[in-house]
Amino acid sequence: MKWGVVRFPGSLDDDDALHALCNVMGQKARALWHKDENLYGVDCVVLPGGFSYGDYLRCGAIARFSPVMKSVARFADDGGLVIGICNGFQILCEAHLLPGALTRNRSLAFICEPVTVRVENAATPFTRAARGGEVLRLPIKHGEGLYVASEGDLSAMEERGQVILRYCGADGSDDDTANPNGSMRAIAGVANERFNVFGLMPHPEHAVEAALGGEDGLKIFRSIAASFS
Amino acid sequence: MLVKVFVTPRKGILDPQGRVVEQSLRSLGFEGVGSVQVGRYIVLDLEAASAAEAREIARAMCERLLANPLIEDYRFEVEAP
Repeated sequence: MKWGVVRFPGSLDDDDALHALCNVMGQKARALWHKDENLYGVDCVVLPGGFSYGDYLRCGAIARFSPVMKSVARFADDGGLVIGICNGFQILCEAHLLPGALTRNRSLAFICEPVTVRVENAATPFTRAARGGEVLRLPIKHGEGLYVASEGDLSAMEERGQVILRYCGADGSDDDTANPNGSMRAIAGVANERFNVFGLMPHPEHAVEAALGGEDGLKIFRSIAASFS
Repeated sequence: MLVKVFVTPRKGILDPQGRVVEQSLRSLGFEGVGSVQVGRYIVLDLEAASAAEAREIARAMCERLLANPLIEDYRFEVEAP
C-alpha cells in the first residue's frame, strides 16, 4: 500500500508522520502538496497536525478549501481511508467529512502531555490491530481539542460505534480528570458513518518508538496497513 | 456595501474564553457583569446591486466560511454607502 501525507502551509507533523511510516514501519509514503489535486494513487491519506494556514478564522477552516481537500473529499466518498490527526481532525470536521467540531480547551491552556485513551471500537480499519477496551498511551499537544456535537448526534454516533477513542484513566476507567480538554463524553477520536474517515486529537505518529516514550501509536498505523495486506 | 459580521459562540456551547473574561471582570470589581461571550468581528467591503442582495451573499459567506454553525451563532449588518 501507499500512504500520502498532506503538507499544508503551517503543517508541523508531516515529517514525523512520514518518519513513522517510512523509517519505523518500512511503508511506502509520500508527501502531498496542498495545492496539488493529484493524490498520486495513494491508498490512505494522512492529514497531519500543525497549524494549517495559521489557524486563521478557525482551526482547519481555511485548509478545508485547499485544492488537495477537494480530492480528499472525493477519495473519501469513494471509500478511501483518511486519517486526520489533531489539526487534521479539525480540518475533517470543518470539511464535514466527520461530524462535530473542535473548540477551545476547557482550561484555555495549550496542553502538551501524554494521555491515555480507550479503544471503544476495535472493529474499524483504524483500530483492528488493537483490542476493544485496550488503553493506549499517546501524546496530545493542542489548544483547541474540545470535541463538541449536539446531544442527538452524540447519541446516534455512540449507537453506531463511531466513537473510536475516549480519554480514560490509566487503568481504562472513566475519569473526568483524565479528560484533558473537556471534550463532550470524553471523546478523543471519531469515525464517519462508513468508518473510512477517522479523526483523533492524540498523536499516534509521536508514539512509534520507545525513545519517544512509547509505541502505542503503531497500533493505529498497523491497523490501517493490515487493511491492505 | 459595508458588511459587518458578528460571530459568537453558540448559546449552550461551553465558552471558556467568555467565562474567564466574566470571572476576571468580576474580580476587578465589576459586580454587575452577567454572562460574557467572546467572539469575532469581521468587516468587509462587498459589491452588490442592493442591500437585499448583499444580505443574501453575507448569509452564504457566514454559512460556508465565516462561522461554523455547529458551534457558532452569527449576525450581520449591511451598510449602504
